[in-house]
Parts: sequence; C-alpha cells; structure tokens
Amino acid sequence: MSQIAAVVLVMLATVLVGAFGIRMSRTTSDFYVASRTVSPLWNASAIGGEYLSAASFLGIAGLILTFGADMLWLPVGWTGGYLVLLVLVSAPLRRSGAYTLPDFAEARLESMAVRRLSSVLVVLIGWLYLMPQFQSAGLVFRTITGAPPWAGSLLVAAVVATNVLSGGMRSITFVQAFQYWLKLTALAVPLAFMLVAWWSDGTPGLAPGDEWALPLHGREHPVYETYSLIIATFLGTMGLPHVLVRFYTNPDGRAARRTTLIVLTLLGAFYVMPAVYGYLGHVYGMPESDTVVLALPGHLVGGPVGDFLTALVTAGAFAAFLSTSSGLTVSVAGVIAQDILRGGVRAFRVATVLAVLVPLALAGAARSLPVATVVGLAFAVAASSFCPLLVLGIWWRRLTTAGAMAGLLAGGGLACVAVVVTITGGPHTGWAGSLLAQPAAWTVPVSFTVMVVVSLLTPSRVPRGVARTMVRLHTPETLNVDRGDWRPRFM
Amino acid sequence: MVTGKPRRAGAGARGQGEAAAPGGKARRVTVTSPRTAAARRPRHPLTREIDEQTRLGEVYMGSLVRTQFRLALFVCTVMACVVGGLPLLFLLAPELREAQVFGLPLPWVVLAGLIYPALVVGAWLYVRQAERNERDFAELMERR
Repeated sequence: MSQIAAVVLVMLATVLVGAFGIRMSRTTSDFYVASRTVSPLWNASAIGGEYLSAASFLGIAGLILTFGADMLWLPVGWTGGYLVLLVLVSAPLRRSGAYTLPDFAEARLESMAVRRLSSVLVVLIGWLYLMPQFQSAGLVFRTITGAPPWAGSLLVAAVVATNVLSGGMRSITFVQAFQYWLKLTALAVPLAFMLVAWWSDGTPGLAPGDEWALPLHGREHPVYETYSLIIATFLGTMGLPHVLVRFYTNPDGRAARRTTLIVLTLLGAFYVMPAVYGYLGHVYGMPESDTVVLALPGHLVGGPVGDFLTALVTAGAFAAFLSTSSGLTVSVAGVIAQDILRGGVRAFRVATVLAVLVPLALAGAARSLPVATVVGLAFAVAASSFCPLLVLGIWWRRLTTAGAMAGLLAGGGLACVAVVVTITGGPHTGWAGSLLAQPAAWTVPVSFTVMVVVSLLTPSRVPRGVARTMVRLHTPETLNVDRGDWRPRFM
Repeated sequence: MVTGKPRRAGAGARGQGEAAAPGGKARRVTVTSPRTAAARRPRHPLTREIDEQTRLGEVYMGSLVRTQFRLALFVCTVMACVVGGLPLLFLLAPELREAQVFGLPLPWVVLAGLIYPALVVGAWLYVRQAERNERDFAELMERR
C-alpha cells in the first residue's frame, strides 16, 4: 500500500512542480528552451535527472544480476560518454546555437536534406528509447498493484503528456533537476540500510569459484560484445536528442563545458550504486529480473522500515520513468512539430501526443527485453549516426553534404536494421546474434568511413559558409568576431 | 611596388569570396615601402583578419581549432587506452579476473568504483586546459 502512495506522490509532485513553470512559459521560445536562464548546477541536475532512466535505475542492476561483471561496463559507458561529449562536442555545439540535432545539421551543412534525415533519426532514436521506459513502467506497476502491464504504461504516458503539454521546457527543467536528487536519494538511502543489514549478517561474500563475478564470462562472444558495448555507450551519448537540448540552455560555450563536468560528477555518484544492488542481489540469491532493485530492500531489511524503503525505491523508479520520458517527449515532439508539421504551439501539442502514442503502441506490441538492453540499442543507433556527424562536422572542414547524408544512411540504417531484427526476431545465436545484438562495433566504423570517403569524393559540395561556421563553433564568446547570422527557427 | 595585390588575389582564389567580393569594402592596398616595421604592422585588430577571412585569419583560426582538437584527441586517446585496455588485460592475464582487493573482486573495485573519480579528474583537467587555450587565443587576438 505504501508503494502505491509513493507512486501517487511522485506523480502529483511532478505535475505540481511542472505547474509551477506554467506561469513562466508564455511565448513559443519559452516552450522550447526555458529562455536560457538556467544556472549550471540546475542545468547539470536537469541533465542528470533526464538521463537517468529506468534503464539506469532498475535495468543495470537487473542485467548485472543476470550476466555478471561484464555488465559493469554499461554504467561506466553511460558516464564516460559525457567525457567524450565534453572534449569533442560540448562547447562547439553550444556555440553553434543549434537547439536540436537537425538544427546543427542544417547550420553546419546548409542543407535541408541532411536536416530532414536527421529529424527522422531523432524521432526513431527517441521512440526506441521511450518504448522500454513504458514497458518497464508497466512491469513495475504490475508488481506493485497486480494491474495488467498496459495500465502502468498508459499512466506514465498520460502524466508525461499532460506535463509536457502544460508546462513546456521551463517546467521540465525544474522537474528534471528535482528528479535527479529524488532518484539519488531513492537509491542511496535504502542502500545505506542494506549495507548495515549486510554487515550485521557477517558480510556474506561470493562462494569460492563463483564465475558470476568474473569479467568476460557467461555470453557467447564476451570480448566482442564488451568492446561493442563500450563503443556504443561512449560514442552514443552525444547523439541522444534529449541530452543535446539541454546544452542550449547554457549561456555560452564555457558554461556548457562546466555543466558537462558537473554532470559527469553527478552521474559518477549515482552509477556506483546499481552495481552494489546487483552484487547484493547475487549474494542473497534474488531472482534475476529488472525488479531486483525494488525487491531487495524489503528482502534485506524487512519490517516497517523495509516497507518504507521499498516505497522510496518505487518512488525513484517512477521518477525515472517520468523524467526520461518527459525529456524525450519534448525533444521528439519539437522535431515532429518543426520539421514534419507546420510549426507553432498548436503543432507542438499535436506532436506531443504523437510522440507519446507511437512508443506506447510499440511497448504493447514488441517482445519484452530487459530495459537496459533496448536502451543500449538506442545508444548504438545514436553512435552510428549522430556521433560521426557531430565529430566530423565540428572538427573537419571537408565534410560535405553528400558525405553526411551517405554516412547517416549507412551507419544509422544498418544499426536500425540490426535493432529491428533483434527486437522482433530474436534471440539469435552465434556470431550473427552477437553482431546484431551489439551492432556498434561494426556500424560506427562503417558510418565514419562512408562519411569521410564520400566527402573526399565530392569536394565540390563542401558547404560555402564552412569558414564562418568554424569561427562560430570554435571562437570564445568574449571575442568580437562575425559569427554569421544563422539562427535556429523557433517556428 | 604593390604588395597588396597578391594577397588580395589569394583571398579571392579560395572561393569564400566575401573579402574580395566586387562592390564590397575596398581592401587595404599598401603602396609604401614594406621595409619599415611600421608599414607592415596591421592597424586593425586581428579579429578583422578573421572576419574578412584573409589568409592570416585562416591561419589563426586553423591554429585554434588544431590546438583544441589535439587536446581533445589526447584526452580521448588516454581514455581509450584505459577503457579499451581493461578488457584486454582481463583477457590476457586471467589471474587478474580473480584477484581480490579488500575482500572484493578486483574487476569490481575498478569498474564499479575507481573508474568514476578517474573520469571526473580527466574531465576537470580537460576543462582547465581548454579554457586556458581559449584565453591565450583571445589575448593574441586583442593584443594590439
């Protein structure tokens, strides 16, 4: 019962904090970027809140419990991705003035075709990321109430849509920052109690010769899969649509770097914990599933304190569903409204409904995989499409429109095919299974190679304003130089 | 002696064209003797070289982008060695997989603990150096 109360409380708090932002969002640009008045710590908390999805909160511990030490790379990659993002992308991206990935593509390559292709990829990645969040919400809702899975999915989707429709980006920033600290607390407090319980049990450890704790173990091609996972997570972070939007709310490139540094710290603090949950889960012989995080505190602590801790951790899980889904919905809806519909606040509302309904339908129809696995696939698609576009776009003058198109189509296309085959037809076995389940190790090199080779073959199609764009991307804001007059269109 | 002419042709030949565009503001054409230092010193801030996309401006911009890219590449290389080296280490030295530190398995201590502060320290050092590079560039541009 206390769990249901916790869920209701989180939902209410989310809607109320969101409503607080309504007063502030009046114009279209408010809806989109919170008028750029957000401080670095707020911004970093918001990025953290938005980023830590059900996959981080529940999924990692579940996968670690199931597969053992190799899955420790998942949180490492999801944190390390921000270091790659920091050094290669953060400041230039902020300086580009782009608000979405399609905006960046348009600003850098001066091509509407690349913009449209990027929009399609953003929507696909967003939906692929949203689908397991809704599935996971259904699973958790079923374990606490016994209701059918679709009920939980629908509930979360409805709250997200309401929140996005009413408050816009400004309220989302507040909600997200609040959600990060809620999630951190919801995982840390039960963990402290559990460690005390573990201590008083005489610190039980692993049985001698337990292979579960050893790296490179338990799967068919562990070395390939480990490296592919590392590539997908480290390079995929920069290509996630809901992460990029947050960089626009920094006042300048320098603030963007500092924000990223704080994000890295906040995420590092969080990601130490799922591994401990997985470890304790194994030591105490919990059943292998995504819900281990919810079951463990009650199992170890028990009594009314255990009930309270279970409620707290459930609240954290719902915070995770709501925050990531809200951020993704804003991003996907923004792209749909701007590039597919005609633009304006009305189009944004229609787009929001679309952005939520499609993954909700997919969540009901698709095979149920562990949430962190599907989110990992979204990272693989982002790493194979937007990572090369951003890295080459920012640092390589000779990138051409044709090269960018070809690379996005080849890398993004192949990764999408691998994802669809894995989700609909799997599980596949042997090398084919590994290559499809962890595609990044081959799709990322393909994408980079195609982009570079096609660019070199079409030197006449280097964008005309590339020199000015480079000035814009790389010179510090303190200098008074001509940065060109491109602005993102706020419809 | 017309020293301005070749430079102007150079700027136009790159096809960016804004500086040498017909009807645009006339470019500086130095007809005095270039031997005196005074004659060679530009009388405008270097940012104008960048705005007008002269060859000098391109050189300055290129150097900024290269400096920042080298720094980024250095950080990425170090990280790739550490992150990419760990699975290799576990593959080549299987006894490390089973080693224990403080009663916990070594891979867990590294992957679920030590690697996070290492990432934060790397990021902090990068931010410091990147800001220093930009400050140096800004000072260079505004020196005159």
